[in-house]
Amino acid sequence: MTGQWRVAVAPRLCIGSGLCLGTAPDRFRSGADQRSSPIAVLIEPDDAVRDAAANCPVQAISLTDAATGETVSLMS
Amino acid sequence: MDTQTPGEQTAMNQPEAPRFPFPAAPVPYDPAPEIRQLTAKCPVTKVTLPNDSTAWLVTGYDQTREVVIDQRYSRTLAYAPGRPVYGVEAMAAGTLNAMDPPEHSQYRKLVAGAFTGKRIEALRPQVAKIVDNAIDAMLAGPRPADLAHSFSLMVSARVICLLLGVPVADIGKFSEWSNTMFGDWSRPPERIAEAQAAIGGYMAGLIDQKRKAPGDDLISVLTDARDTGGKLTEDELVRFCFVLLAGGHETTANMISLSFVALCQHPAELDQMRADLDLIPAAVEELLRYVDINGSGFVPFSRITREEVSLGGLTIPAGEAVLAWYQAANRDPAAFGDPDRLDLDRPPRAHLGFGAGAHHCLGGQLARIELQEAFRGLLTRLPSLRMAIPMSDLEFREGQSIMSIRELPVTWDDI
Repeated sequence: MTGQWRVAVAPRLCIGSGLCLGTAPDRFRSGADQRSSPIAVLIEPDDAVRDAAANCPVQAISLTDAATGETVSLMS
Repeated sequence: MDTQTPGEQTAMNQPEAPRFPFPAAPVPYDPAPEIRQLTAKCPVTKVTLPNDSTAWLVTGYDQTREVVIDQRYSRTLAYAPGRPVYGVEAMAAGTLNAMDPPEHSQYRKLVAGAFTGKRIEALRPQVAKIVDNAIDAMLAGPRPADLAHSFSLMVSARVICLLLGVPVADIGKFSEWSNTMFGDWSRPPERIAEAQAAIGGYMAGLIDQKRKAPGDDLISVLTDARDTGGKLTEDELVRFCFVLLAGGHETTANMISLSFVALCQHPAELDQMRADLDLIPAAVEELLRYVDINGSGFVPFSRITREEVSLGGLTIPAGEAVLAWYQAANRDPAAFGDPDRLDLDRPPRAHLGFGAGAHHCLGGQLARIELQEAFRGLLTRLPSLRMAIPMSDLEFREGQSIMSIRELPVTWDDI
């Protein structure tokens, strides 16, 4: 029903909490500096990614509808 | 799936399982010196807990992050029927802390918005005001003053009351209960059960009040999530409120107090902060890495292996308890050069003062702001503030999970 999502992590905001890695391990990875980045930028809708974005302590994860550019609601 | 006994395959690396917790370090904010030898040998060590069960204690930085991030290590399984639950861990049963994603994520989302960077940043002026008021009261009172009670506990209690909508007048009652809960678990279980019942009763009363007159506080938000969203049971609601109150009070208060103690032993660094207040956020991060606020009775919450895992070169079978010891990982020389040095200019690296992974401290951003504002206030308004007794005379409540300082006498020059 819903189209693809675009996932982004703002490197300036990320504090390396690893919350997204523990919440959606197939969707995020971390580098040597512990900062996270999405494994794939375009993904099928995924509740775990939505949870990771909602619970990120510094709101570093943005989730938008790939087609419309609208922000995806984080409450499911 | 079969659960093998771990003894055989690891016997060569792990000849015996030392008793844990280790005796407290001579310096109160240092982790036990045993971590140094353990980590040098292997970042994962089999230990024997006070209830004679065994667990795998993780002291390496990379391995600690791995354990708390990787979903093959489960918090929920720690509460499987028949599994002995040790000490303060019993308190976390049925709370956010005892859940795994995705269930955990759903519960956390109910309150996460209130704890994220931007929302917490908006509270900064109110936190600064609370700090200011506490300093006013200290200035109006006698010297020496007790920094632990008249400042650290006062500030953290008032901030958490503000956020949760708990009447400040009730915090005294609450402190007593939380000292029992986080306290010495060799005490009669009736005492602990009584405290648990008292806290439950208090929270139920408070929730009732919020039902009648909701505010913009977190207890009202959670009560509404239960009543209109049907997202929590009544029991979960009570436990959730308790965890927020308990988690946000003693921890931050003792972190403020012990950080001050640590800085008093590092006068050059204290001078450095006084001379350049912009250094405070970086200094707070280094203090969060360096200062161990766990008490002598602390045993990390256990995670249970869902399947056989390889960790730090060891093979750990399914069904084993693994303990991630953040404060040891924060002193791992492989992650932090010269780890036992308090270095305010240390290059930033994600410390584990707030843990990591799905359970990364919910109140971490709030604690940061409280610590920053506490030191900003103390350093600007009481620049000559110092301890009035030697560090070796400090007393701590025995056997606590969170180090609880009995009194921290401080004094200052006339201003």
